[in-house]
Amino acid sequence: MTAASGPKRTPLYEVHKRLGARMVEFGGYTLPVQYSSIREEHAAVRESAGLFDVSHMGQLALTGPGAISAAERIFSRSVAAIAPGRIRYGMLCNEGGGVVDDVTCYRTAEDSVFWCVNAANIEKDQRWIERHCPDGGQLRNDSDATAMFALQGPASAEVLGKVCPAGVGALRRYRFERLEVAGCSAIVSRTGYTGADGFELYLPGSEAIDVFETLLREGAPLGLRPAGLGARDTLRLEAALPLYGHELDEGTSPLEAGLDRFVDLDAGGFIGADALVRQREAGLERRLVGFELEERGVAREGHAVVEGGRTVGKVTSGAPSPTLGKSIGLAYVSPDLARAGCRFEVVIRERCVRARVVDTPFV
Amino acid sequence: MDHEIPEDLHYSADDEWVRVEGGVFVGVTDFAQHQLGDIVYVELPKRGDSVVQGDAFGVIESVKAVIDLRAPISGEVIAVNELLADQPELVNGDCYGDGWMIEVSPSDETEVGSLMDATAYAASVAERDT
Repeated sequence: MTAASGPKRTPLYEVHKRLGARMVEFGGYTLPVQYSSIREEHAAVRESAGLFDVSHMGQLALTGPGAISAAERIFSRSVAAIAPGRIRYGMLCNEGGGVVDDVTCYRTAEDSVFWCVNAANIEKDQRWIERHCPDGGQLRNDSDATAMFALQGPASAEVLGKVCPAGVGALRRYRFERLEVAGCSAIVSRTGYTGADGFELYLPGSEAIDVFETLLREGAPLGLRPAGLGARDTLRLEAALPLYGHELDEGTSPLEAGLDRFVDLDAGGFIGADALVRQREAGLERRLVGFELEERGVAREGHAVVEGGRTVGKVTSGAPSPTLGKSIGLAYVSPDLARAGCRFEVVIRERCVRARVVDTPFV
Repeated sequence: MDHEIPEDLHYSADDEWVRVEGGVFVGVTDFAQHQLGDIVYVELPKRGDSVVQGDAFGVIESVKAVIDLRAPISGEVIAVNELLADQPELVNGDCYGDGWMIEVSPSDETEVGSLMDATAYAASVAERDT
């Protein structure tokens, strides 16, 4: 699956080319940024459904005796409290409370879990877990052998129902099951990264092309279309979901990012919890907010946020929202500006553009 | 992928087109708009501003990308397509027509001769198109 050198390809590389996708490198993988138009693909997910190849995402499994207690040390939420068949979103934190990665944790059995991790962090996470769980469980990196799709949008359940004899209507949010999908045994979870209803599917890379093409064919009459990273980014931004490397990194705490409910500080015990408790007591120096521009322009990552002639923050993500028809973004700002209605300016190519803090998610 | 490249225009290596018609009209090519994807914002100079061949005269943004617009010829801006402020998508839909960007009164008529014709530009696109 790996080219001789350069970025990796997913099992669907040739399918993407055949569908006319424009390919880009992301997280060490060559992936489709768009097939026809980011806006059209975005609209498909909001109105019917879109199918994304997210095989770049990594899967790290920790299994066997000691796995759960080891997982408790490195995941920001209590793994023991996740019942088999359920999923929790959370962080791997470093000792300072910074984010090593933001991940979803699947409790696969009494003594096993797997984490779905960001592509660019697979090897880093693997080393991190090995270092901090030396005696607890067996760590296995399933990333290369696993294909992953995201089927997202209000018509997702109907699309998946057409190729899944057992049906998926009863599968609730943040739960997963092993199901037959288009003749292939897949892990199906009711999760996603778009703010829409939808599913994520994990299956052997060898069966990826068949399942992807069957889903596209069966879903087309319901409005399903393939969707690329461009739409994935505008969709997650409208949902105000953080993207590692933008809103989150090793120097950013989940508290600053507003992810308090995904770190079980009161249970404690995970690496970084002490630092986060101290940070919570001392007060935060900055907070992540959602904003919309009140004038024309597009805020982009790295643009300065100013207020009263003073730099008070920095944009981490920004784009025109296809759903709202407004220019939106996320920025870290000083805490006194972190309330809906607060105003500041974003410096776009030396021009100060008025912006207003709004509640998130944006849609 | 086939890109529209009208025979009667001149082209710069930066994927702008030039139409000599009274003044000189300037826009981006079909190849450029296709590479950019959905265009969401166009920043243009004002009437009376000067532009210099090869220098940035504005900015075009798609959902994912921001690129400088580079002037294919030097001169004074005598008209600006005001429609693009509210309808930047015209560049995607009609890059050689309603998606034009500026009209320039050239300071050096011979600069047009330094641009590519349709055949040369088609070859340049074919080299870069994947």
